[in-house]
Amino acid sequence: MSASITSTTPAPGSSHPGSPVPVLQARGLVKRWGRVTAMDHADFDLMPGEILAVIGDNGAGKSTLIKALTGAVLPDHGEIRLNGEVVRFTSPQEARTAGIETVYQNLALSPALSIADNMFLGRELRVKGFLGDWFRMLDKAEMQKIARQKLSELGLMTIQNIGQLVETLSGGQRQGVAIARAAAFGSRVVIMDEPTAALGVKESRRVLELILDVKRKGMPIVLISHNMPHVSRSRIESISTVSAAATASSTRSRSPCRMPSRS
Amino acid sequence: MSTNDPTSRPAMAEFEKVLVRSDTKVVEFDDERPTPVMRLQRALHSQPTVIPGIVLLMGVLFFSAVVGERFLDPFNLSLIVQQVTIIGILGIAQTIVVLTAGIDLSVGAIMVLSSVVMGKLAVGAGLPAPLAVTAGLFVGALCGWINGVLVTYVRLPPFIVTLGTWSVFFALNLWYSESETIRAQDIETDAPLLQFFGTAIEIGPARFTYGSIFMLLMCLLFAYVLNRTAWGRHVTAVGDDADSARLAGIRTERTLVSVYTLAGLVCGFAGWALIGRIGSVSPQAGQTGNLDSITAVVIGGTSLFGGRGSILGTLIGALIVGLFRNGLALSGVNVLWQEFTVGILIIVAVAIDQWLRKVSS
Repeated sequence: MSASITSTTPAPGSSHPGSPVPVLQARGLVKRWGRVTAMDHADFDLMPGEILAVIGDNGAGKSTLIKALTGAVLPDHGEIRLNGEVVRFTSPQEARTAGIETVYQNLALSPALSIADNMFLGRELRVKGFLGDWFRMLDKAEMQKIARQKLSELGLMTIQNIGQLVETLSGGQRQGVAIARAAAFGSRVVIMDEPTAALGVKESRRVLELILDVKRKGMPIVLISHNMPHVSRSRIESISTVSAAATASSTRSRSPCRMPSRS
Repeated sequence: MSTNDPTSRPAMAEFEKVLVRSDTKVVEFDDERPTPVMRLQRALHSQPTVIPGIVLLMGVLFFSAVVGERFLDPFNLSLIVQQVTIIGILGIAQTIVVLTAGIDLSVGAIMVLSSVVMGKLAVGAGLPAPLAVTAGLFVGALCGWINGVLVTYVRLPPFIVTLGTWSVFFALNLWYSESETIRAQDIETDAPLLQFFGTAIEIGPARFTYGSIFMLLMCLLFAYVLNRTAWGRHVTAVGDDADSARLAGIRTERTLVSVYTLAGLVCGFAGWALIGRIGSVSPQAGQTGNLDSITAVVIGGTSLFGGRGSILGTLIGALIVGLFRNGLALSGVNVLWQEFTVGILIIVAVAIDQWLRKVSS
């Protein structure tokens, strides 16, 4: 699959002096499940401010690679560096604390809760002072204010009611909330797992524009997909292809990468 | 944004050409025009206590028309509140468990076991009453914790776990109490604290026991906790979709165990209130508590599938049951029609819940 990418840069690992430090970097990641090797010496580089696409067939090891980066899976070998420093995540919470936010394929939203509640799920704000400390009262007004602000930053603010329940939203809207949540709290990297997998053509397109908006804010993004057209629409700087049981090889292009038209 | 214009990009792939004329707007949050029925369905869906509220109101109107004076008498109305005290407290415990998409069939057994522990320790063993009460509450919480661990870590279905512990706790209760009732007079002389919730205050002709007031305060407390604290939001999220909640960073196991433990503790309080209600400690009391609490929860509009419901709904649900029982009794109808009506109410409530749940799909 890597043959389909137009321009390439030197092999991963060769860092020139003066070149920027990768935001997220992995070297020689190995993960075996019994006798099955899910990931065999995968290398991975995400540079500041870029979108990195991870492409591969089902079962190629995309998920394992991403789970290793987000702490959901502990790799057997290899190291992960965040801004040049070696990190070792043993749980998704740790990765999140370090500034890596993930938009999961199932979105990890709770349909029975409101948009604002969902954006702050697991990291709620409490009222300052006595009520917050002793009665653990949530600061709903503040959370709604921030949620509204974050959604409007991404141009999602045609929404009338931030207290609307997520289950009343369409698939694309839910994706929008999930992406806004990741963009709001991710300080270093946002990882998106198949953000368009469950969407129709029109909604997919809108979500891809949304991803570009997040990128424009300067947030580096890892985009997992097996949909090449979507990847090419997102103006990817680099692509990691993952082949079966395999080495993720990174390819880098200076200009926005696109698919060559098939002849 | 020029780079967004597909036509400016060279070497556009064949499959992309159709996109030129397509919509370029980012995700929007606009509503399609709903039909009136859909709008009603959505409104009721977001406010699940509206229907039980209307039913309660209609019940009051109906019985005041049929029975008249005797029903509307403040004493009678306050009697209804007294009669639903125990079910109301058990209903709180049941609600938080049902919100997590679970069910607790052992609430009644935990309640009786707690009351027996309080009675035996205070009257039989001569322990100071506050200590006996604390021990009883602790036993309640422990029973709940056992349920929680079996559901969460051993991963057994809540229905089966609590069906089993219902029998286990009830058997323990019979063993520890030696199937003997502790008489009201003995409690009164040895440990009057145990009957604290039986104390009543009179407001004109109306009569409120401390137990009913305590039940109402507990409802307020838990309504606050569920809506205004992070823990409450987590309970809803876990019941709604446990996997999503876990990925969103909620420690789902801890939340589940805490819900069952807290439910056990609330049942312990129900046991204390039960002593106040009947005066004595009887290992045979409160037999209908298990199913009555589920009835109150279901009629109150809490979904058995988790994630949706409220304490206020359960309180209204308990009041509806109390109201219909009381009203039908005053109308001079045979007792069997009370059961009949409650059965119809349950089925209608679940049918409405099923209909409302379609909003999300």
